[in-house]
Amino acid sequence: MKKRHFATSLGLAVILTGTAFAAGHISEDVTKAMEARQAHMTLYSFNMATLGGMAQDRTPYDAAAATAAANNLAAIANMDQSAYWVEGSDSSVEGSRAKAEIWSNADDYAEKIAALASASTALAAVAGNDLDALKGAFGPVGGSCAACHRAYRVSDN
Amino acid sequence: MVVVGIVAGVALTRPQPLPDDALAGMTADPERGAVIFAAAGCAACHRAPGVDDGPLAGGRPFASDFGTFYAPNISPDPVQGIGRWTDVQLASAIQRGVSPDGGHYYPAFPYTAYAKASRQDIADLIAHLRTLPPDATPNQPHQVGFPFNIRRSVGAWKLLFANDDWVLGGDLTAEQERGRYLVEALGHCAECHTPRGALGGLDRGNWLAGAPNPSGDGRIPNITPGALNWSIQDIAIYLESGFTPDFDTAGGTMADVVLNTAQLSDADRTAIATYLKAVPAVPNPQ
Repeated sequence: MKKRHFATSLGLAVILTGTAFAAGHISEDVTKAMEARQAHMTLYSFNMATLGGMAQDRTPYDAAAATAAANNLAAIANMDQSAYWVEGSDSSVEGSRAKAEIWSNADDYAEKIAALASASTALAAVAGNDLDALKGAFGPVGGSCAACHRAYRVSDN
Repeated sequence: MVVVGIVAGVALTRPQPLPDDALAGMTADPERGAVIFAAAGCAACHRAPGVDDGPLAGGRPFASDFGTFYAPNISPDPVQGIGRWTDVQLASAIQRGVSPDGGHYYPAFPYTAYAKASRQDIADLIAHLRTLPPDATPNQPHQVGFPFNIRRSVGAWKLLFANDDWVLGGDLTAEQERGRYLVEALGHCAECHTPRGALGGLDRGNWLAGAPNPSGDGRIPNITPGALNWSIQDIAIYLESGFTPDFDTAGGTMADVVLNTAQLSDADRTAIATYLKAVPAVPNPQ
């Protein structure tokens, strides 16, 4: 009887430890995915700052710098990001500002991601032409950032 | 004594609409009203959720500590909207929080801010509202529990918290005064950016110092100089484009606000920024 009790306790302990390990493991994956996508966002904003400074007439137009930044932006925006956007990594998790609707409205979310990819590809094609071309193509890029943040990011910014 | 108290309470908490002649002799300009409409952010709440354009059909939910409020239909529909309301009834709703049938509105509707707006601006705003497309979507009842479901209690709330004094006093430049008008009256920025006490009144000592989002969606940031170190130009550009100085873009409810501030003039956006630089700095809690 005692032995059986011990076996049950041991079994329970194994299950509990296993669960705890699994929970820790999942949360580490989520943390890594969040870090990856936040790094991705940082790369957007770094390149957007170069282009936006020119578009807002805060820095002089530089065709080579504009082309380089726009090419980077287009490359980043066209990357497959599906592995970063792990379901369950919404704002209920510490450090995440992603709304859960990203996963419940997956088609609309994918459309908004695709809008940034096509707008930034279009910007890369003309950013080296002149400042007016940059300004014209920069607008839709900013618009696609804004549309997605409006729908899918929580209110702290 | 108790009787006196009850009589006084009943008298003091009674809804107080504007007098019938509140708009007498005014000429309203609907085109000017379109700018007031943007500055007052009406569409951000009264448009159906998830709709970028279209009628002010209402239905957007606002969760709070007191229950969930649903923005009403304020399109000119004669049955479901405001089509049959008189101008003074509309002005009473906007500036006194009193409905045409003489009840109190819940202060989810920021009438305590709009109360500070000029009567001419409200007249123009009403003229603009009447030009918008009607929509027959019925209103949804608010989900509010006891005791907040007693509308008369809102009268007591108004006594405690309605305050027509400007928060930022002292000698201001004309530009700062314009900014104050846009922020404290029309823009009702403090409704989200200022923390509230237990009864839901704004904490004027922590004006614009940031607050939890009552909807549970993130936190509304501190925009006093104690936390926001952007230049006046940075703030004005943000209100136009949604871009922060680091080229992040506004998210969540602020993205809706930027859709409105983008419609203002550069001078008005700069005035808002100038005002924000003049409010008392409140540091973020450590």
